Amino acid sequence: MTQELITTLVKITLWLVVLLTTVPVMVWVERRASAFIQDRRGPNRVGPLGLVQPLADALKFIFKEDITPTAADRPLYLLAPLLAVLPALTTFALIPFGPDVVIDGRTVPLIVADVETGVLLLLALASLGVYSLVMAGYSSNNKYSLFGGIRASSQMISYELALTLAVLAALIPVGSFRLDEVVLYQQGTWLGFLPRWNVFPQFIGFMVFLIAAFAETNRVPFDLPEADSELVAGYHTEYSSMKFALFFMGEYMSMATLSALAATLYFGGWHLPGVRFSDTWYWALAQGFGILLMKVALFLLFFVWVRWSFPRFRFDQLMRLGWKVLLPVGIFNLVLVAAMTLAGWL
Amino acid sequence: MEIGVFLLFALLAVTSALVVVVHRNPVYSVMSLVVTLVSTAVLFVMLGAPFLAALQVLVYTGAILVLFLFVIMLLNIERETQRTNGGWFKKLAALISAAIFVAIVGSISLQAYTGRFLEALTPESVAIEPLARELFSTYLLPFEIIGLLLLAAVVGATVLARKQDAVSPEKER
Amino acid sequence: MPTVTATPPLLERYPEGSILPQEGLDQPAWVVRREILEDLARDLRDHPETRFDLLLDLCGVDFPERSERFEAVYHLFSVTRKERLRLKVPVSEAEPVLPSLVDVWKGANWFEREAFDLFGLRFEGHPNLRRILTHEGFQGHPLRKDYDPARRWVLTEDKVYRPRPQQPVEEEDEDLFERMTINIGPSHPAMHGTLRVVATLDGETIDASEVEIGYLHRCFEKMSETHTWQQVIPYTDRLNYCSSFINNVAYCRTVEQMLGIEAPPRAVWARTILSEFSRIMDHCVCNGSVLVDAGALTNFWYLFQPREEIYGLLEACSGARLTVAYGRIGGLAADLPPDFEDRCRRLLETIPPFLDDVDALVAHNRIFLDRSVGVAAISGEEAVNWGWTGPCLRASGVGYDVRKAYPYDLYDTVEWEMPVFQGGDVYDRYRVRMAEARQSLAIIRQLLDSGMPEGPVMVEDPHVALPSKEAAYTQMESMIYHFKLIMDGIQVPAGECYSMVEGANGELGFYIVSDGSGKPYRVKVRPPCFPIFSTFSRLIRGGTVSDAIVTLGGLNVIAGELDR
Repeated sequence: MTQELITTLVKITLWLVVLLTTVPVMVWVERRASAFIQDRRGPNRVGPLGLVQPLADALKFIFKEDITPTAADRPLYLLAPLLAVLPALTTFALIPFGPDVVIDGRTVPLIVADVETGVLLLLALASLGVYSLVMAGYSSNNKYSLFGGIRASSQMISYELALTLAVLAALIPVGSFRLDEVVLYQQGTWLGFLPRWNVFPQFIGFMVFLIAAFAETNRVPFDLPEADSELVAGYHTEYSSMKFALFFMGEYMSMATLSALAATLYFGGWHLPGVRFSDTWYWALAQGFGILLMKVALFLLFFVWVRWSFPRFRFDQLMRLGWKVLLPVGIFNLVLVAAMTLAGWL
Repeated sequence: MEIGVFLLFALLAVTSALVVVVHRNPVYSVMSLVVTLVSTAVLFVMLGAPFLAALQVLVYTGAILVLFLFVIMLLNIERETQRTNGGWFKKLAALISAAIFVAIVGSISLQAYTGRFLEALTPESVAIEPLARELFSTYLLPFEIIGLLLLAAVVGATVLARKQDAVSPEKER
Repeated sequence: MPTVTATPPLLERYPEGSILPQEGLDQPAWVVRREILEDLARDLRDHPETRFDLLLDLCGVDFPERSERFEAVYHLFSVTRKERLRLKVPVSEAEPVLPSLVDVWKGANWFEREAFDLFGLRFEGHPNLRRILTHEGFQGHPLRKDYDPARRWVLTEDKVYRPRPQQPVEEEDEDLFERMTINIGPSHPAMHGTLRVVATLDGETIDASEVEIGYLHRCFEKMSETHTWQQVIPYTDRLNYCSSFINNVAYCRTVEQMLGIEAPPRAVWARTILSEFSRIMDHCVCNGSVLVDAGALTNFWYLFQPREEIYGLLEACSGARLTVAYGRIGGLAADLPPDFEDRCRRLLETIPPFLDDVDALVAHNRIFLDRSVGVAAISGEEAVNWGWTGPCLRASGVGYDVRKAYPYDLYDTVEWEMPVFQGGDVYDRYRVRMAEARQSLAIIRQLLDSGMPEGPVMVEDPHVALPSKEAAYTQMESMIYHFKLIMDGIQVPAGECYSMVEGANGELGFYIVSDGSGKPYRVKVRPPCFPIFSTFSRLIRGGTVSDAIVTLGGLNVIAGELDR
């Protein structure tokens, strides 16, 4: 019992450290990458290559004046930024980050919450993220914030459907909601060289997932809830200081979680063909975690790349894409994968 | 420890359910309903039905209540509260709710009194696979009928929504 | 300049003496009695021999010594026949009332409000005759000659105007969804800090809106009346500050025309090249802001780089980057830098890749096409009726460009095409500007190839050009000229003149009245974006907020010019 508690705590700490480091690293990457894309230099004064810049940013956030509008709905206004980080901080528990390891004769699965409902629970927790945006939009007592909140609620619900459909399709050949089994299913190769990753047979599903993931994280081209040129800053217009920073962190952490989910569902998770996992538990852990993080990092870079390349959708176009394109395509993909599984091709 | 968790979430569920009914601001009511549903989801997990819990959070709190909020935010709250204050409608609703409450409590007490509980669910029977097997074999017909019902509801909702929006079919929803 | 046209059938239709053609002016001009103005305007617009479909400008002029103190001056233009006509309608101080021409030319709406605001002329039948450039707390009419230029007014909270957009049709409010009124600007990222739109929304769709301007009003025209002719030039920089040099040229050309002088070839050559570079800059800024408002920030940076490079060239010429004040009446302020040609050629190399990159990123981008094609579309006919000119009009399929219709400077010596697109929407406005920027590069290249003319950059006329410093110090005559030019300024003969160039966002005209003194009697700018922006409410109705924001960027509304 105590041993189990300790291992779980260690696993949670490990993930938390990684997630919380993602934020400053991503801030730096985003700023440098956008500068690179836009033919600028980007932050290069604080530390070598501007590496200490995120720290300076964080200090700035902490020391900024924290303003609460007088007419704001105080309880909800204060709760909203907290809710922004909550889903991102809980969903990682369901993502496996390595093979089962043996420590002192006990088999320890490298996943925090090894439950049967796995990915369903993950989606359920992730779906709570919308409340933070809606609450922020409502409680700020600002019409632009309200607009952002309304946009956020309808956008996230619409794309959650497509996201769930894509995820379900990825689970069909595996026959389980457990993400560790999804990873195990993707081990090995096709024709000797192609990894047995879901992305190849389910490319349509992957695209649906990817687009929906962009919409769920409110990133360009789906950043309508905060569309700065239209809604000033959308739902977080009235937030300053660390409250604003929490929204900011929430966005980056959900990006990281969704990237991890994408890597797990479609790119073999912690597994990479040709990598032999060590028998020593800490080496296996390092290997699994390293491979997963590498994949996550590539996804995050992709997020950044897309953000600085595309214009933004208009709201009705966004809805049209979600309901008239992604949803039918998602259903089609689901049926297709089901049929392929029945035919025994997968 | 289990008793403690149960008490905590049961209390939370009941209090927040009360807030849903009592609070004047509909936004707070919806937020309390979120708490109620999440708390009951926790109770479901404790009863050994994690699948039900996950679905409850995913469907009810993740989607349906957000739509509630969406509509409430679009409506002019003050005008609506004035309009629906009091009236026979409210009393009728209260009456029906009370009747349902009495019926549920009554039936449970009756079963407890007669000692004839339904067959208890085991974790094995509510695990995903057996559940799915039951749903798609024994209960296939009800399942399909419910599906049909939902489809009819979707069609009905579309028809209702379209009527007002006939002028500009471009701007959906 | 256009020839004098008499249109006999029209003249005969009206009672004797109600229309008096004026001779000897820069363009045909009629003095018209206000009683017949409305009918005449309609006839002028519709008669096949006149077809004055575009109201270019409307302004007041104050002559306190006359019995009919005010004169409302209308500048008409026929896009189809490329002809101009000036109508002058005298009104008395006791009853400064004119018929409103909003029904004839929709573009008259804001111009009439402006004349009301600045002169106190009242337009009967105007739908919304309130102050437009000055604020609600303002008293008096600043452009009247008896208004003290130093008088200031404070806008107090109780006088602030609260716009209430008029609903076009008040249908039964069946649905529960409340219409929401939002205030966009002036402190809004897309409003440049100077524009304000109040919109009533049904969901995200704009039902009605009202536009407020004047946040950057400094009464440029009044300031001009208190400065010497040359001293006005720095003020013109601040009109369209994205392409300030073109304003210099427009003003200087008008005064030069009144003086009857011409700038030397070298100055004309440099003016043409620098005007085109300014145009490229302006188009880059405009398209950059369209794209940033559409959420594509990277393109904004790509388009601002050419601007930065061009600033370098302007700085080398004038010493200033934004407000160059490089033009002078009679030429240029200083000679060109020795490496002028090299710099220009380098720019010709560096600019195209940026334009190409942006086109590659967005011109065929599905999202951008969805956001811009068909958005805020306006037909050529309607645009003309609203008084549009420039790239926005050419995007609606009307091929009118001052550089083609009335070639000035060196535009008739170079080969170039006038891009015209038919859609009239945000996308075509973007495309026209991109195409024009490339055409401007072609113009510059040809001018560079034709070689830089030698000689001075200022006219030799000692009544206009300052003597050299050495001459002023050593020769008596030069010293006197210097003293006279500095103290009294250039003496421009009495008269009036309207002259125009193709500004970056349309026909940039100056209507100047001189009483023969060292200071302008009346300077009126025809700001191209003023009539364009007056169409804004019409353009965004029925669209979403996002459409409105993207539309605004594409109209290239420059507050310096709009509010003056």
